[in-house]
Amino acid sequence: MIDKPVMVISGTSKGIGRFLVEHYTSLGHQVIGCSRSEAEYSIDNYQHFCLDVCNEKEVKKMFSQIRKNYGRLDILINNAGIASMNHILITPITTVNKILNTNVVGTFLFCREAAKIMKKNQNGRIINFATVATPLKLEGEAIYASSKAAVESLTQVIARELSDFGITVNAIGPTPVKTDLIRSVPKEKMDALISMQAIKRYGEFVDISNVIDFYIKPESNFITGQIIFLGGI
Amino acid sequence: MYDKILNAVYESLDDISEQLSLKNKLVKSKDTILFGQSGEIDSLGLVTLIVMTEEKIEDEFDKSIVLADERAMSQRNSPFRTVGTFVDYIYKLLEENTND
Repeated sequence: MIDKPVMVISGTSKGIGRFLVEHYTSLGHQVIGCSRSEAEYSIDNYQHFCLDVCNEKEVKKMFSQIRKNYGRLDILINNAGIASMNHILITPITTVNKILNTNVVGTFLFCREAAKIMKKNQNGRIINFATVATPLKLEGEAIYASSKAAVESLTQVIARELSDFGITVNAIGPTPVKTDLIRSVPKEKMDALISMQAIKRYGEFVDISNVIDFYIKPESNFITGQIIFLGGI
Repeated sequence: MYDKILNAVYESLDDISEQLSLKNKLVKSKDTILFGQSGEIDSLGLVTLIVMTEEKIEDEFDKSIVLADERAMSQRNSPFRTVGTFVDYIYKLLEENTND
């Protein structure tokens, strides 16, 4: 069994996911990441899988290889997610299915398979991604906000189900961060959103890793089922 | 194949007896009632049994299967009732997996 902490991060091809890979490998973690495309970078102590997070066979295969290669899994960060801003009256069903599959089904599958490995050591940390769009009830984000509301419920319920196995499950709800996810959203919409935060600025990648660092500290083993929103929501 | 599956389930029974610190070890017999009325393990024990066995089957046959699939959960006669029904169910799943 490998002696350093093993961490899985989904959605690592770019943006927050890629930043988290760099952050945690630099802290000495063995990081396994995945995305639909090949990684366009290579970092020591990083292994990349090419898969769709809602494809059960592919996901199971990845976790099976992690178990065989590393013999342990300490942390899961369910970062993969997609959004689509649209009025409900012109939202295609294909978009709805895609968002729910990636954000909800993908998060569920990763939690399930990760917990099977974590259970063995009676220790594990799962961090899911929520969003401020849910408590702020943002217009145009009906499906995205709903999918993340489901992630919040999933987080809080499985926090209880997995507590017997020494696994904590928490979520972080980021404010807008300048990534591809918000690239197509008009500036005035983003400004209006940010004005609803207590601290009126875009989030930075380090704001996110700071919360994750807190959740995964050994001393945080009494913290579970919590959703921390950035920016003061 | 059947015997290998049976052995995997027996190994899981030993592991569970140890992990759950059961006073009476789970009997390694096809007739052992696992779950339900007069079953030997509770729901958490069943979860552990399924996860452990899934892993052992994966290692033994180099095949990835989901033991708690929709069919298993909705069957009137639960495949998790006895060791025998559990082994039969895994055998069927593996055969189907081979034919995929």
